[in-house]
Amino acid sequence: MAEPPGSDTRWERPPLITPGYTVATVTNKISAVVLRKTPRWWYAGFAVSFALLLVLFYAVGYLFVRGIGIWGVNQPVGWGWAIVNFVWWIGIGHAGTLISAVLLLLGQQWRTSINRFAEAMTLFAVACAGLYPILHLGRPWLFYWLFPYPNTMGIYPQWRSPLVWDVFAVSTYALTSLMFWYVGLIPDLAALRDKSSGRVRRIAYGLLAMGWRGSAKHWHNYETAYLLLAGIATPLVVSVHTVVSFDFASGIVPGWHSTIFPPYFVAGAIYSGFAMVMTLTIPLRALFRLEDFITMRHLDNMAKVMLATGLIVVYGYAVEIFMGWYSGNEYERFMIVNRMTGPYRWAFWSLMVCNGVVPQLLWLRRVRRSVPMLFVIALVVNVGMWLERFVIVVTSLHRDYLPSSWGDYHPTRWDVATFVGSIGLFLSLLFLFIRFLPMISISEIRMLLPEAEVGKAGEAGKGKER
Amino acid sequence: MRLYGLMVELSSPQELLDAVHAVKAEGYRDVDAYTPFPIEEVCEALGCPASRLPVIVFFGGLVGGLSGYALQAYTAVFDYPLNVGGRPLHSWPSFIPITFETTILGAALSAVLGMFILNKLPMPYHPVFNAPRFALASRERYFLAIQATDPKFDREATRAFLASLGAHEVTDVPA
Repeated sequence: MAEPPGSDTRWERPPLITPGYTVATVTNKISAVVLRKTPRWWYAGFAVSFALLLVLFYAVGYLFVRGIGIWGVNQPVGWGWAIVNFVWWIGIGHAGTLISAVLLLLGQQWRTSINRFAEAMTLFAVACAGLYPILHLGRPWLFYWLFPYPNTMGIYPQWRSPLVWDVFAVSTYALTSLMFWYVGLIPDLAALRDKSSGRVRRIAYGLLAMGWRGSAKHWHNYETAYLLLAGIATPLVVSVHTVVSFDFASGIVPGWHSTIFPPYFVAGAIYSGFAMVMTLTIPLRALFRLEDFITMRHLDNMAKVMLATGLIVVYGYAVEIFMGWYSGNEYERFMIVNRMTGPYRWAFWSLMVCNGVVPQLLWLRRVRRSVPMLFVIALVVNVGMWLERFVIVVTSLHRDYLPSSWGDYHPTRWDVATFVGSIGLFLSLLFLFIRFLPMISISEIRMLLPEAEVGKAGEAGKGKER
Repeated sequence: MRLYGLMVELSSPQELLDAVHAVKAEGYRDVDAYTPFPIEEVCEALGCPASRLPVIVFFGGLVGGLSGYALQAYTAVFDYPLNVGGRPLHSWPSFIPITFETTILGAALSAVLGMFILNKLPMPYHPVFNAPRFALASRERYFLAIQATDPKFDREATRAFLASLGAHEVTDVPA
């Protein structure tokens, strides 16, 4: 690109971190969030989240007693909200891995302010997602039958089933995300160990920090490990939602049996994940006064990623509709027409508005610079992505080949309670995380400071913008 | 008092880098630097060998992938053959997704465990924590330590040499 005229400030990128910070003040500012007295709003927020978590306990307890008949699932719609919520949550998780791994490999330094937080979001979203398939099993206490272990029944899982692939993909994803997150936390845990005054905290952080002392030789192995983990997590994140899409695409149900599913699911996952990161970051940066680290430029970049992945998703919708017509298959064609005009048309058209129309506002710079607008659009996309999974799961199943096996699906109050409860689980974990662990990576932010630069003058150091 | 070594505190990465160069030029061998964030140049100056981690991760991934595939092939072909409409028992394409996931898992586990093992962590106690201001190493200060095991180590001479490097005082690190 040609050099823009110097007088035009539109082309100047604002700095990633508001200037004026040093290694010491960055440490103080971020660790103060954890070490200072608990703010009052935290108690209020945690109380609400925990109340919702109790709703989950109640709903799951009742499910254990009565079985999944309390949900709205039945023939022909055997995959109701449980699977909708599973795909929704796991999709949300994908943005965390994308931000921490893919953007690291691509040298996008703006990721540094949001990666820790986004990774935590990934873990909690995967925890919520993991609940659903297990609860949906019918006999959830036998979930370990999903794993291959020598057993008295003398049988093994069916390796050719995408549902078994899913078990491996999701559990690998959960473990790898946890390790990636923890490795990133170690130097910050050491900083908290050295800064905190209470004995309990010092011991707790000290144990978690594993005796990290910042030795140059340790940093060398550490950085290698972190980079390798990023390289490993990148194909993993693509594989996870691909395998999730196989759960659908391998079936012969019209509306599921489609080769566009893997890429379109992965793009949708990133889309919804960025929307969730945005939904959570906007209030948190205001509450903790972290606008100096999570700047408008970060929000602007996230909005652009949302716009791009949103367009891929819309392309996916277009291909689905086109293939419905172009395949010449009457069931496929009926499926598309039924989605648009059948009993669930409200879901289809709301989805189009939420995911297709509203995010187009992000083309406007004015919208991308407006925090309230971004927040509202992010919420709308969250809703839209939930509706997308609802449309895929329910409209495909409720009208398949034989009209004699058609039926309708109505969620019950227990479906709602389980979903609301899982949001409670997610928020409770998130509140605990922001209270006890640094939500921004201190050691990585330090590397972005001008102070961190060494070497000959004129040579671009690590703190320089790429 | 038995001595682990001597430590000097420095206030900027550049000062630390210059100090490391000086210490190396003087011929010291058992030297380590402690910094609040990774500084590649310091590691280079100290002469860190290339990390062995990539090799470990490669073999970790290899073992993960092979055992994932072997598990599926063995159970599906020999231990529990299930004839579904005469389809081949060794249907390798459908074994690939799980093989992929176990490869990733093996590589990720070996990256994390390998890093801990190479760094000899967890190590809750280490003599350097005895240095009075060492808590600042995780925050804003840069430390350089010469260990008593170094052949060139001499309590007085080394102390005088380190004192010439930084503005702050040189401290004894008890073992």
